[in-house]
Amino acid sequence: MKPAPFDYVAAQSVDHALTLLAGEVEAKLIAGGQSLMPLLNMRLGRTDLLIDIGHLEELNHIRIDEEGRLVIGASVTQADVQNHPDVLAGWPMLAAGIGEIGHPQIRNRGTICGSLAHNDPAAELPAIAMALDAVAEIHSVNGTRTVPVEDLFIGPFMTALAEDELLKQVVFPPQQEGAGWSFKEFATRPGDFATVGVAAQIALLGENVSDVKIVVFGVAGSALRLDATEASILGRPAERAIDIAVSELEMEIKPAEDIHSSHLFRKELAVELLKESIAEALERCL
Amino acid sequence: MKNRLGRTLNTPLSPPYSESSAHHEIQLHVNDEVVTARVESRLLLTDFLRHRIGLTGTHVGCEQGTCGACTILLDGKAIRSCLMLAVQANGRTIRTVEGLAVSDEKLSSIQKAFHEQHGMQCGFCTPGFLMSLSGLAEQGGPKNDAELDDHLCGNICRCTGYVNIRRAARQAMDLDAVESDE
Repeated sequence: MKPAPFDYVAAQSVDHALTLLAGEVEAKLIAGGQSLMPLLNMRLGRTDLLIDIGHLEELNHIRIDEEGRLVIGASVTQADVQNHPDVLAGWPMLAAGIGEIGHPQIRNRGTICGSLAHNDPAAELPAIAMALDAVAEIHSVNGTRTVPVEDLFIGPFMTALAEDELLKQVVFPPQQEGAGWSFKEFATRPGDFATVGVAAQIALLGENVSDVKIVVFGVAGSALRLDATEASILGRPAERAIDIAVSELEMEIKPAEDIHSSHLFRKELAVELLKESIAEALERCL
Repeated sequence: MKNRLGRTLNTPLSPPYSESSAHHEIQLHVNDEVVTARVESRLLLTDFLRHRIGLTGTHVGCEQGTCGACTILLDGKAIRSCLMLAVQANGRTIRTVEGLAVSDEKLSSIQKAFHEQHGMQCGFCTPGFLMSLSGLAEQGGPKNDAELDDHLCGNICRCTGYVNIRRAARQAMDLDAVESDE
């Protein structure tokens, strides 16, 4: 299908985009368009004005700031991040997880910030950003605010972004030295949206778990941080972590049923992926 | 003031948002030629290529980024032309399947490999495969079968003729010396 009619403006700057966003006309931002264009083409979504920020050089940055944080601007593509040496060195889970998004042809256009602002419940990036404690920097004509991504995602395809706000960049703090990580997902075919996925990061102190972050996606309206499961293995011996986490996980998640999968299958997938990802993260601990 | 949907606007808007932002003058390079055109905002790049400048080698399958039939090169990178607006291609460089061969008689090495290995059945998906592989070649080619397959996965062949397509791709990408995990 073809999109319903809309007007289009290639923004001249972030400020220009913000001014247009604050106007009376119902507007949507577009950068890579790999989520928005299918919605417009299928007429599942429509807008009166499309504001393009994908070409803006002031948003096209991947840099490490003075505090050692990774800063990614809103027009940076997933392909650029996936292959960036700083990302591979300091945030390997991010690089690995991007490799599971769609196909190379999609990642050549799709952006990091666009995926976060879209918040598909089956998408990889919201889960990864949560597991890595990323922070969203949000701009509007009224000012700037920073929001931990955990508070950004409020439901399926819903975020805390107001209609006049733009997710200008996302900031990933430096990851704990020696921590092990894992990113695993199950999809019917390679490149499909995942049925269920897990992002985990674990650090050890001696034989015990000293820090743990586990996020699952595909089992709830948004990526889900497993607070109870994390708490259950924190401070416990690494060799018992999988058994403890699995019994806690079975109580913590209540996946829904849909055309792609029954709730029982989703739960079983989550359990298996959790086992595999904890094992892999522990193997990668230094 | 009314916008072009007939909706009344409360406040006049400053340029460039105006009546005219429904249409745009664009200029781009397509297969080494400069193309200028006036396009509607919502015109997809696929439809621009096919219907406005007659390059019907770029095929339209799903229009949601899944099938890969519309894959083209944008500034040397393989992308879905159904998920991009024509107006977004303003100032960019595009290559379509028509621009792969350097002359009418010669095929590119990737096209030649598809010809030799009979990497097609009905041929509908072929331009998309050729463009995905051309993008991969421009980035230096795959290091191994896994990387090649990652790119091939982005195109669907509903005849399921993948064996010959993969054979052709491996030949074109010089992976023949590497043992196949076919």
